[in-house]
Amino acid sequence: METLIVILVGILVSIGTYLILSKQLLRIVLGASIVSHAVNLLIITSGGLKKGSAPLLGEREVGFADALPQALILTAIVINFAVTALVLVLCYRAYQHFRTDDMEQLRGHENE
Amino acid sequence: MRMNNGLIAPVVIPLLTGMLLIIFQKNIKLQRTLSLLALLAVGVISVLLMVQIKEGGIQTLQLGGWEAPYGISFVGDMFSALLLLATSIVSVCCLIYAFPTIGRKPEKLYFYPLYLFLITGVNGSFLTGDLFNLYVFFEVFLVASYVMITLGGTKRQLRESLKYIFTNVIASAFFLMGVAYLYSITGTLNLADLSLRVAEAGQDGLITTVALLFLIVFALKAGLLLFFWLPGSYSVPPTAIAAIFAALLTKVGIYAIFRMFTLIFYHEPQITHLLIGLMAAATMILGGLGAVGFGDIRKILTYNVVISVGFIMLGLVSSTPEGMAGSIYYLLHDILIKALIFLIGGTVIHLTGTSQLKDISGLIRLHPALGWMFLIAALSMVGIPPLSGFLGKVFTIQGTFEAGYYGFGAIGLAASLFILFSMIKLFMNVFWGETVLCEDEEKGSMKGLLLPIALLTFASLALGIGAEGIAPYVAQAAEELLDPNRYIQAVMK
Repeated sequence: METLIVILVGILVSIGTYLILSKQLLRIVLGASIVSHAVNLLIITSGGLKKGSAPLLGEREVGFADALPQALILTAIVINFAVTALVLVLCYRAYQHFRTDDMEQLRGHENE
Repeated sequence: MRMNNGLIAPVVIPLLTGMLLIIFQKNIKLQRTLSLLALLAVGVISVLLMVQIKEGGIQTLQLGGWEAPYGISFVGDMFSALLLLATSIVSVCCLIYAFPTIGRKPEKLYFYPLYLFLITGVNGSFLTGDLFNLYVFFEVFLVASYVMITLGGTKRQLRESLKYIFTNVIASAFFLMGVAYLYSITGTLNLADLSLRVAEAGQDGLITTVALLFLIVFALKAGLLLFFWLPGSYSVPPTAIAAIFAALLTKVGIYAIFRMFTLIFYHEPQITHLLIGLMAAATMILGGLGAVGFGDIRKILTYNVVISVGFIMLGLVSSTPEGMAGSIYYLLHDILIKALIFLIGGTVIHLTGTSQLKDISGLIRLHPALGWMFLIAALSMVGIPPLSGFLGKVFTIQGTFEAGYYGFGAIGLAASLFILFSMIKLFMNVFWGETVLCEDEEKGSMKGLLLPIALLTFASLALGIGAEGIAPYVAQAAEELLDPNRYIQAVMK
């Protein structure tokens, strides 16, 4: 199961990389977002996928799932969500100002 | 157990003050006073921490009473405490500079809370003893910086901020990837515990690969070789913000590289440390070319930031007590001096309304104090004794020679020449020559701008002339960095 998820992470990262390397602003945002999702999957896999019950006292089953990666991705998701929202607003502002979403044209000139 | 609740104060004070100030959005006076008081309080606490660490060794705080490695530890060693102190000095000076320059609109649009959150993140990164917590504090100051870089909303700011944010978002994703790999290999995220487990298991090829992943992440944040985003994004925000960015943000990346590669990944220096050395050498050469080549004040200054990042790394590469002490000393010097020259450069642009060297001339007749303080800063950056850059350079270069890295040492010395050339070019063009502007033609006034610049010049002079006083602290910091067991024992006991 872990192997499958890791392959999925690889596929997601390559899709994200492809999008990040494109010129359009929105595609770059989506690409960064997909890479972040891939990373979240990677973190949850890093602790081993679910083996037993919740890590609580009094649970009868012997094995229990590692709770730490779940706490980690919760934090990571929230941060990623906030940053993506901010970037989207900025992209919109940039589009309003420059009337373009092409990174090639947002390169800027020397000595302005 | 040396529990020390003071360790959390440099994080909590600016955080709570910032949150409070969001409520009092309209009351500018209160915002200014409270943020200044909060930063001064952090400065006092960092001095207290320095004294405690000097007497009692590395201080720790296990948050919530959860013992390491299960809880999150805060660790204050001398290296962190020195950086905290330098951060407080710089943040106070840049804040005072921001009062008259930043403008009403940004002040009402949460400039002060954001500034305090930035400092929260920086201080937290210096103090935390947990890898994931380090990521969180990185995000705290990065998100604050994302907003601050766009504050004002000019076209150039929007354009450069997009590149800055994308670069950092991707770097953060890689940071998390490294965290995930390291957790699946070792099963822990506490820095001290990580160090123990990596030492026990041996740093094999897999862990070295993860180490290189972390190197890429922190090199992006520090501007070590991967500095393509830096000149653009540090030259667009208002002066006070650019100065605090130049002084602090790359330094947090440098701090993280030092921490990771002295505490955890120190077993394979012939791979990791050599690579850091090569990156540092390339950084110094490329940064030097940039500093010499451009004719724009902002560009010259930002490329000088790049050069110093490369230079500071040389001490880590050498891993000798002298080299390490030199790096720490130079790092402190660089935090102060980069804020200083960015403030002076910003003031010149503020006065003349242009950043092109060819359009400025002879400012020293109207502003002698500004000119001479710039010269002091410039000579200090080059490393003229007894100014503050000198000792750092001597020890760092000595360290590289002792470790047998003659090439890196030579490039470090050559980089000083690049700095000398670029800074003197600036000085001669801006301050010497015929005075083209008369006083009432100037675009801005100097009112209230000289105080923070003078404070920083004084701090930098004190660091240079009072080197004898600060030397034992720096030596202790270098010893602690070179002996990971001290850190581990303080946390894991």
